[in-house]
Amino acid sequence: MQGHTPFDLTARTLSGCGLSAMMSRRGHSVNGEAIIRSIGLLRERGNGLGGGFAVYGCYPHYAEEFAFHLMYYTPRAQEETERYLDEHFELVHEEHIPTRPVEGVDPSTAPALRRYFLHPKPLKLAESMLPTAEDYVLRAVMEINVRLDGAYVFSSGKNMGAFKAVGSADQVGRFYRLEEYQGYIWIAHDRFPTNTPGWWGGAHPFTLLDFAVVHNGEISSYGINKRYLEQFGYQCTLRTDTEVMAYLLDLLLRRHQLPVDVACTVMAAPFWRDIDALAERDPEKAELYRALRMVYAGALVNGPFAIVFGHRRGMVGLNDRIKLRPLVAAEKDDWVLLSSEESGILEMCPDPDRIWAPRGGEPTIVELDADVFPAVPSAVTRADFGPLAPQETTR
Amino acid sequence: MTTTEQVEADQQAGVVIDAAGLHYRDLNRRVRELVAAGETALTLRNVRGQRYIGDGLTGKDVRITIHGVPGGDLAAFMDGPTLEVFGNGQDAACNTMNDGRVIIHGHAGDALGYGMRGGSLFVRGDAGYRVGIHMKAYKTQIPAVVIGGCVGDFFGEYMAGGMLVVLGLDRKPGQRLVGGYLASGIHGGEIFLRATPDALPRAPYLSSEPVSADGLKALTPRLRAFADAFRLDADELLAGPFTRLTPISHRPFAAKYAPA
Repeated sequence: MQGHTPFDLTARTLSGCGLSAMMSRRGHSVNGEAIIRSIGLLRERGNGLGGGFAVYGCYPHYAEEFAFHLMYYTPRAQEETERYLDEHFELVHEEHIPTRPVEGVDPSTAPALRRYFLHPKPLKLAESMLPTAEDYVLRAVMEINVRLDGAYVFSSGKNMGAFKAVGSADQVGRFYRLEEYQGYIWIAHDRFPTNTPGWWGGAHPFTLLDFAVVHNGEISSYGINKRYLEQFGYQCTLRTDTEVMAYLLDLLLRRHQLPVDVACTVMAAPFWRDIDALAERDPEKAELYRALRMVYAGALVNGPFAIVFGHRRGMVGLNDRIKLRPLVAAEKDDWVLLSSEESGILEMCPDPDRIWAPRGGEPTIVELDADVFPAVPSAVTRADFGPLAPQETTR
Repeated sequence: MTTTEQVEADQQAGVVIDAAGLHYRDLNRRVRELVAAGETALTLRNVRGQRYIGDGLTGKDVRITIHGVPGGDLAAFMDGPTLEVFGNGQDAACNTMNDGRVIIHGHAGDALGYGMRGGSLFVRGDAGYRVGIHMKAYKTQIPAVVIGGCVGDFFGEYMAGGMLVVLGLDRKPGQRLVGGYLASGIHGGEIFLRATPDALPRAPYLSSEPVSADGLKALTPRLRAFADAFRLDADELLAGPFTRLTPISHRPFAAKYAPA
């Protein structure tokens, strides 16, 4: 356990958590006002011990640089981290992350917050023998989080950012002045910590590179997932189960290049009995499900969950297989909205064209239209895997 | 609207509360204070996600009209009043409700009627997962949940008593009337599904048969009330066909952990 992250292991409370998200399929950007209001309406679902946001499209001036958001609990952590960054990266720009004083976000618990726009030093990257700049960044994030006491990278993607703190989510949004940012995907989370401490690093979203995930629920397979990920060089340092999902997404979507619906099938795999039933109708697909369950047994996420995750090309809502946490979806023109509650959706969009409850285990996949972002290569594709069950339940 | 109609409408609406931006504690405190002071007609406007409306409220003659989307645990532990929602419901409406009526004109969420012990819940549209789980009955306390549309998985799980009905109105192509794990662990009560038995999933713990004249007798008053609430044709609904599901055993797990 590391030294400089103050928290109280006895601070346990009852479960809840709220999440809200919005995305424009046309890549239209809006500021953080609507998402702050939506997650604020769900405040009852949290308890003031963690809130956060992910926004995509927020750094157009540095769109090609990796945007590192850092938390420093000591001046020494900052010194050591900046030395590390200087050695390994070319720094294009750095600054304080702008904040304002807000009721509910206690400055005495706050780490120093800085951001850095950077890319790997070409020579260092070549020396590292790593296949891509992303793998180089992954290794740097792990090294800082594991090795440098009191320093945490909490965001490391391109043209996206995570913002999180101890407080209620709407207060955290105001604290980070998110109404001043523009984005085509906004994902928000209000936390009600249950099994792990409510500290700044433990607030959602959890991110790595372009992947950001927020989560309501608990991951009973955390130990299995953590050990599985360690084989691939991921180290869990943030003391919250959700962290494994961010790394699983990077592993499955970027490194293994699974289509996004296949990755969802890995994390919320169908039950064996459902696969057996499917075998009678569609033996080939059943065989694929069997193979995925066997190859990716360590990446199966067990326990109740509703998650929303983002990547550069889109966002996905996903429930555990038997829908033990709420998730509601809606559409309005080019916007898709997700929330723990219908009221949270109405706060973003009072008159949706369609509103429905996704089935357990069946992802709601939203992607930018192909003509909007054609130039951006992305590991994330879709296999058009189709639903497991032949019918859907909507509402 | 004539003046007389306006007066009647105002009387029906009773005390109007604008819930826009109100915290649920403040909203519910006002509702409780007004009911305690003898008001029997309340109208709540611009409701958006406020939890616990009508919780623990008593009084057979109390009627609350809700415009908007009320939050979780609507009418939990309620004992007598009528709540009518012009909008959609969220999760866990009628949790452990003892008596009264809840009418939802749109769709509703998960875990409706959890542990419900009396009164009725009518939903015009679809409902989510885990509707009517742990419902129970005792002598004349027989709760009923009637869903106009379709429902998700675990419908009637661990049901111990009362009546569950699914009508499948306005079904979309490919939409299932009920989801998986239908009534798993059921050990009491009865479920009426508007479909023929061969169109429904089978389970070893469920007896499934076309509805009998007796069964229809139990169903009729509930369906007529449902039709009244939503201005539907009761006879058309009653024409069915209906399948009645009942548990085969009152102790379905008796032999699971210990030899019978």
